[in-house]
Amino acid sequence: MADVHAAGHTILVVGGGISGLTTAVEAAETGYNVLLVERDPHFGGRVAQHNQYFPKLCSPTCGLEINYQRIKNNPRIRYLTLAEVVDIQGGEGNYTVRIRKHPRHVTEACTGCGDCSKACTVEVPDPYNFGMNMVKAIRNNHAMAFPVWFHMDPEYAKSEEAKQVAKVCPVGAIQPEMPPEEVTEQVSAIVWATGWKPYDAEKIRPYGFGQYPNVTTNMRFERMANVYGPTGGKIVRPSDGKEAKNVAMIQCAGSRDHNYLPFCSRICCLASMKQASYVRNQYPDSKVTIFYIDLRAMDRYEAFLQKTRADQGITWIKSKPARIEEDAQGNPVVIGENTLTGERYAIPFDLVVLATGMEPNSALAGKVPYQGAAYDDYGFVTGGVLSAGCAAHPTDVASSVQSATAMAMKAIQVAGRRG
Amino acid sequence: MAYDLSFAKEVYKKSEMGHWIKMCMQCGVCAGSCPLRAHWQHSPRQLFQMVRAGKKDEVLKSSDMWMCTSCYNCIARCPRNLPITHIIHGLARYAETQGKVDPKQPTRRFAVEVFWENIVATGRVGEAMLTMRLYFQDGIGAGIQRGLEMKDSALGMLKTRRLNPIPFRGKIKGYDGFKKMLAKAAELEVKLENKA
Repeated sequence: MADVHAAGHTILVVGGGISGLTTAVEAAETGYNVLLVERDPHFGGRVAQHNQYFPKLCSPTCGLEINYQRIKNNPRIRYLTLAEVVDIQGGEGNYTVRIRKHPRHVTEACTGCGDCSKACTVEVPDPYNFGMNMVKAIRNNHAMAFPVWFHMDPEYAKSEEAKQVAKVCPVGAIQPEMPPEEVTEQVSAIVWATGWKPYDAEKIRPYGFGQYPNVTTNMRFERMANVYGPTGGKIVRPSDGKEAKNVAMIQCAGSRDHNYLPFCSRICCLASMKQASYVRNQYPDSKVTIFYIDLRAMDRYEAFLQKTRADQGITWIKSKPARIEEDAQGNPVVIGENTLTGERYAIPFDLVVLATGMEPNSALAGKVPYQGAAYDDYGFVTGGVLSAGCAAHPTDVASSVQSATAMAMKAIQVAGRRG
Repeated sequence: MAYDLSFAKEVYKKSEMGHWIKMCMQCGVCAGSCPLRAHWQHSPRQLFQMVRAGKKDEVLKSSDMWMCTSCYNCIARCPRNLPITHIIHGLARYAETQGKVDPKQPTRRFAVEVFWENIVATGRVGEAMLTMRLYFQDGIGAGIQRGLEMKDSALGMLKTRRLNPIPFRGKIKGYDGFKKMLAKAAELEVKLENKA
């Protein structure tokens, strides 16, 4: 039955995070052709940067690996990495899409052996770990990265050394002179799943991120707690590398605030409770303080909140802190008013984690290059193309998967319509 | 403590900017942002909650809102865009119209008596008279002492021409127009109060 679909009945999925992967495999497994386009060198998006999922506290690599297998085993899915959709013309059922492919400088012959990385002497700040450590200019992001092919930084590709490194490759996969390419595709339906970016914490001036080394963000903290992270999973103070045993989590940092992001990202309360467990599990004598306006643990997450509440090592202060200063020992001091007691506090910590929210990529560099695209007040995609996961609204992984599955259904309806 | 459950509605209607209090989400950022926080008993957030709870006398007799120096830190930081400085001044003014403020409250005395009477008399702020009245309001001894304490500031301001030393400079040009403006404002205020 599936084979009767003409080649033109292709569904384009933009973004290879958990939402895009889900839409792609769900649609392809019903017999439709799918073209999956990812801007980064590897799939997985934000989920691949996470240490653990809440509420079960399992590793995201497991769920991603299952999806990667489904992609590898399904000939109906074509995928492009380091690729961006630059123009969309036409309309539902008949779109013409222009896609720019940035050079990877490594071909698909790459086996992921790593000889090139060993030969490379140039290091760059690691974007996968938010620049908290240095990595080789030719690499893959982590051991579980898919596709496994390495990638070379474009600046490095221009260097003399890149030509030497190319000779090291046992399968001749490295091409420093690989040019950028543009391809045009005809597709029937488009699902936009470009996800989110952590809100730029430097904009929250009173909290001093970027100014005080021991003020970090939840996504950076997630990398720090991960074995592939900059500290190999050890939770430390960035300023002096000492164990961070007295940690503050500040909720709604730059969220629900008309000065920054006006909306609630829905995930940060649970994420901070999860991150509190990282600290508590690593150091049994640790203390975590969570500053909150109100706790938003919806339906089944209530149980996770209860579990976190039962931990005596976690203190809850109902307050949106007003500012952070640094004391002589380099401790960030959190200042504000406890709104339950009225007491004004100034409390020093080893490390402060700002629970920053989600800014939709479609509000930043990832706008839909289509005249008919529509957005809500915050830049989430609402029309013109179908939108899934955090491109449509801020949400957690579980509901992203639900939304992505629903969008696969919508896309099938569009692609299956006969003119 | 008596709770007046109609108080919140009264403030929303009659106190300038009072309706904004409905928007407060009780986060506490205003309290932590206020440079005067050592000098008040209740933060803006607490005052707003007391308004909602109907603690009429406690709010109107409080000296908290008279401590505001209009630095606007709270307005800049408030996540919900409440014009906190203006709400606080509105509450102070409303308390004054209700006759609830301690007449000896220093800021009240300065705003309602010293400053207002000074500016109404001539149409401009006469710094010399203003300072003298402020310093000597608690008697000659206290005035001289205060004057000596502030001597360096006063000399500095004189030198940088921030303080005009002449006590009687007469009325401004077009003083009659100025008076008419004040009369019109008073008339409008009465109208607004009757409407509410």
